[in-house]
Amino acid sequence: MPDNRYENTSRPGQEHFVAPPEDVRVGVVDAVDTSEAPSSLWGDAWRDMRHRPLFWASAALIVLVILMATIPSLFTSTSPTECHLESSLAGPAAGHIFGFDKQGCDIYARAIYGARASVTVGVLSTVFVVVVGTIIGSIAGYFGGWLDTLLSRFTDIFFAVPFVLAAIVIMSLLQNRNALVVAIVLATFGWTSIARITRGAVLGVKNNEFITAAKALGMGRLAILAKHVLPNAAAPIIVYATVALGTFIVAEATLSFLGIGLPTSTVSWGGDLDKAQVSIRVAPEIMIYPATALALTVLSFIMMGDVVRDALDPKARKR
Amino acid sequence: MTTTITLTDGATEDAPVPAEKRDDSTPLLEIKDLKISFTTATGTVDAVRGVDLTVYPGQSVAIVGESGSGKSTTAHAIIDLLPGTGKVTGGSISFGGRELVGLKRRQVEDLRGREIGLVPQDPMSNLNPVWRIGTQIDEALVANGFQGSKAERTARVAELLGEAGLPDAARRARQFPHEFSGGMRQRALIAIGLASRPKLLIADEPTSALDVTVQKKILDHLEGLTADLGTAVLFITHDLGLAAERAEHLVVMYKGKVVESGPALQILKDPQHEYTKRLVSSAPSLASRRIQSAHERGQEAEDLLAEHADETATQAPDVVVAKDLTKVFHIRGSRPGTHTDFTAVDGIDFTLPKGRTLALVGESGSGKSTAANMVLGLLEPTSGTVQFDGKDVGKMSAKEQFALRRRVQPVFQNPYGSLDPTYSIFRSIEEPLVLHKVGDRRSREARVRELLDMVSLPQATMRRFPNELSGGQRQRIAIARALALKPEVLVLDEAVSALDVLVQAQILTLLNDLQAELGLSFLFITHDLAVVRQIADLVAVMKDGSIVEHATTDEVFDNPQQEYTQDLLAAIPGASLEIGG
Amino acid sequence: MLWYIGRRLLQVIPVFLGATLLLYGLVFLRPGDPVAALGGERGLSPAAEIAIREAYHLDQPFIVQYLYFLKGVFTFDMGVTFTGRPVVEVIAQAFPVTFQLAIMAIVIETVFGIGFGLWAGVRKGKLFDSTVLLWSLLLISLPTFVIGFVLQAVVGVQLGWLPITAGRDPDFISLLMPAIVLATTSFAYILRLTRTSVVENITADFVRTARAKGLGRGKIMTRHVLRNSLIPVVTFIGIDLGNLMAGSIVTEGIFNVNGVGGTLYQAITRGENVTVVSLATVLVVVYIVANLIVDILYAVLDPRIRYA
Repeated sequence: MPDNRYENTSRPGQEHFVAPPEDVRVGVVDAVDTSEAPSSLWGDAWRDMRHRPLFWASAALIVLVILMATIPSLFTSTSPTECHLESSLAGPAAGHIFGFDKQGCDIYARAIYGARASVTVGVLSTVFVVVVGTIIGSIAGYFGGWLDTLLSRFTDIFFAVPFVLAAIVIMSLLQNRNALVVAIVLATFGWTSIARITRGAVLGVKNNEFITAAKALGMGRLAILAKHVLPNAAAPIIVYATVALGTFIVAEATLSFLGIGLPTSTVSWGGDLDKAQVSIRVAPEIMIYPATALALTVLSFIMMGDVVRDALDPKARKR
Repeated sequence: MTTTITLTDGATEDAPVPAEKRDDSTPLLEIKDLKISFTTATGTVDAVRGVDLTVYPGQSVAIVGESGSGKSTTAHAIIDLLPGTGKVTGGSISFGGRELVGLKRRQVEDLRGREIGLVPQDPMSNLNPVWRIGTQIDEALVANGFQGSKAERTARVAELLGEAGLPDAARRARQFPHEFSGGMRQRALIAIGLASRPKLLIADEPTSALDVTVQKKILDHLEGLTADLGTAVLFITHDLGLAAERAEHLVVMYKGKVVESGPALQILKDPQHEYTKRLVSSAPSLASRRIQSAHERGQEAEDLLAEHADETATQAPDVVVAKDLTKVFHIRGSRPGTHTDFTAVDGIDFTLPKGRTLALVGESGSGKSTAANMVLGLLEPTSGTVQFDGKDVGKMSAKEQFALRRRVQPVFQNPYGSLDPTYSIFRSIEEPLVLHKVGDRRSREARVRELLDMVSLPQATMRRFPNELSGGQRQRIAIARALALKPEVLVLDEAVSALDVLVQAQILTLLNDLQAELGLSFLFITHDLAVVRQIADLVAVMKDGSIVEHATTDEVFDNPQQEYTQDLLAAIPGASLEIGG
Repeated sequence: MLWYIGRRLLQVIPVFLGATLLLYGLVFLRPGDPVAALGGERGLSPAAEIAIREAYHLDQPFIVQYLYFLKGVFTFDMGVTFTGRPVVEVIAQAFPVTFQLAIMAIVIETVFGIGFGLWAGVRKGKLFDSTVLLWSLLLISLPTFVIGFVLQAVVGVQLGWLPITAGRDPDFISLLMPAIVLATTSFAYILRLTRTSVVENITADFVRTARAKGLGRGKIMTRHVLRNSLIPVVTFIGIDLGNLMAGSIVTEGIFNVNGVGGTLYQAITRGENVTVVSLATVLVVVYIVANLIVDILYAVLDPRIRYA
């Protein structure tokens, strides 16, 4: 440093020092940075996810599973229910790359067609729990008071019955089983987590100053809930819903595996696993295909939930 | 809380005595050309770009700067506490002749606490909620080689807490952090920082989260304590007034560099660097006058302004009148059946004349925000009335109340919570217009552009989202939204409290200009008396739900009648400093 | 603290009543007449039918029947299984086995879950962390029965390291594989939760203060990072007991363990509704009690709750 910048009024190292003006240029206070494109919450999340291989991997798997569920004929021309006992447990053959199960049905075709049952139950239950859980959770969190106490205790009661256990009990009592029934039963005891998450998120949002500002504008309570509170509480709900979809698929498979889920006439991965169990000692490989299909489907949804949560993490956001 | 040690009056004209008495010709801490970088996904960010700093034994030195200036980063680097990816990339830190950069982990651990103590910023988050206060001090003793039995340590912990100014220390040591108030926690943190008698204490914004009177008490206490122990103190602060009052040597940082350093008073009286000049002129604690509006600035009529304020305060029609306003909250106790009534606002009267600013001043818990919420119609008064233009708000029909919303609008404190993060700026400002069915789409857009001009933001800002803007910019947007419906009264609830000094000065100037231009009346809620002098015409000082003093700003500042007001004024950092002009 | 426990106990009562009413109501509302079904195709004589209806209080209104059911639960009189054994006897015999299995599973999932989670959290962003995270997702995606079969086939059949089934009077070794299977999913969840809280706590202000005090790394990790991270993990273990119970039905079924889950599994496959509901009620009660214990443990771990 040049010596003339120091005034020798203090001890060594503490002389009056002034940085040369060209060294530190004092900019305009608080200028708006207009160089980058505008970024909303979801826009930012999208930009973040675009660079993650896990996002693309799970997105591709989800698309594949949905295609399998809606148009299975894209993947195979063999019917999953056209079985010939004479080819029971036969190995791979032309047109039947995975071979045959005990009933002599084409394993590959059944693995493809099984997607429909899982995806239907998973999507239906998730829709149910999101609707019920969001309504109950947001009312409890937003209005508070006795309504909150009442709804929270109500939630506690359903929460006290583990949902797979409850589903096992109910399904074991029912005669008419189909995808809709399974979805309703799973949702009946499965909505509590999402209600609790929604309530927590709503409580976190509702004391924000922009909510108070909306009140000061004279906006109605329900309008504030719909326009400001819920959009801001949506992120954790969406993340949880994605993960829940995976959980419901596992639960459906577990029920079908126990023989109390979908009827045996419906092609489902859980049911096929149940059937494959019988021949596990002689032909364990039969089990691999439905199990892999099931695990990959669940994995794709859970992984997607994980990626979305990371992308929406407020700590990772700028400023 | 009473302090047990005789307090120095905090003036820096006579520097702390021990520093002068000892033979301290060699520096205790010498930082030379320190460079620190953080690695991010997009590359490296240079947070500190060549900082020089010297502290002598027993001396107090302050680093002053705004957020992002690198002041805390510099201080944390001394004891290797850089967060995340932070790394010292150049320069040296020498402590008592020993180089600290590149020390092994164990060597740094030996240094921490024993040689260099730290009093951190936020008392709420810096104590572990699951351990008793005493345990957390005890840890510091054990880690730094305190020899003694369990009983001796317990006694020492109580002694340290008492020394930090906590009465009934032995019992307090057995409590948990959540049972402590902010001020008490800060005292516990001071006890931890000084537990092993370090030669240097780094005080990182040690009181910025506390009320001014508590802040003054704690700083006075800390000053006496470190003077007695001969501990050197390195203050990190954003408050130039506080720095000048508490330290003899100042280091002003800006964007990772030292822009000016030298004797505290010299810098304050005669700042040389452009940035320091700005900082000195913006610091509210050092400003002695009300900001003039752009119009008045042109007129150059300082004396006229004071008179003008006095006159119009009595002559202008009152737009808001609060009469015997009271709010009682029922607080449910922890046990069933127990509940207490808490009187947040206790029969207060105040008037806000048209086109003027009334400041409601008070510390946390004084009831000032509750009063503001009643004026805004967000809380129903337990008793008493709020009159708007002579009409009792409580007796209005729902329709009249909705219409009233257009005439009274709020701006809140937290620039990060005051805008809906899912709304674009355009939507945020347009929302009041849509709700009150003002104009069509086109005229509303024109109005949003006009409002952005009014708060001096580029019109392109309206396509952006809140997370892209700085705190000051968000506060401008909040002001624009509040102005959208052309209100007559703005309730500014700590609207500038969370902002950096320079930005704060900008927003205050903006508010003042808007007031002159649009004839607005402001109800200005704040804990910061220093800001009051810059913006308010009238002041009502609140304490425990009551107004203790209600007068013009000049009267309150020049001739405070109540002891509490006098205490508040004395507690403004830098209040004791005499700076000409 | 006592007030806290007292309040929690009071809160349990409506939850217990509500949950059991819910379960009982579902059985009551099921289609078909249980008594008529008893008689099979030939049908019962009218006298016998009335006698049965009276014996089981089926002639009473629903709520009265529910109260009789509750009385049964509290007096350990829950009817008999199809084979004529009292349900209470079945539970008494099955419960110790399930208890042992559950404890083993909880120990496995917490020890490994917290261990791996802590290590991954400390090494955030490193190879170990991302590998462990991906594997945990995979484990969560695999249904319990798939894991069970894979382990049975590989460890039991192919390698022959552990017995394939537990059978009567199982010992520690024969319960090891079912316990591992039962623990797998929860292990993955605990790992992820521990990692998240460790990552959060490691950058907490109070940890920085602890470092500034001069504390060594070991003490910081145990006393400040791990200690605080345990709070959400303990809460999770309580909630997760529900999954453990549902999992035990499948796991005990696969490994032929004579526990509550295994008995339930057999009852389901045989269609013994009374037994299913009784056993499920017992599990729900255990779940509620376990969560009460967890809540108290939570208050012990977090002083802020104690005085709330």
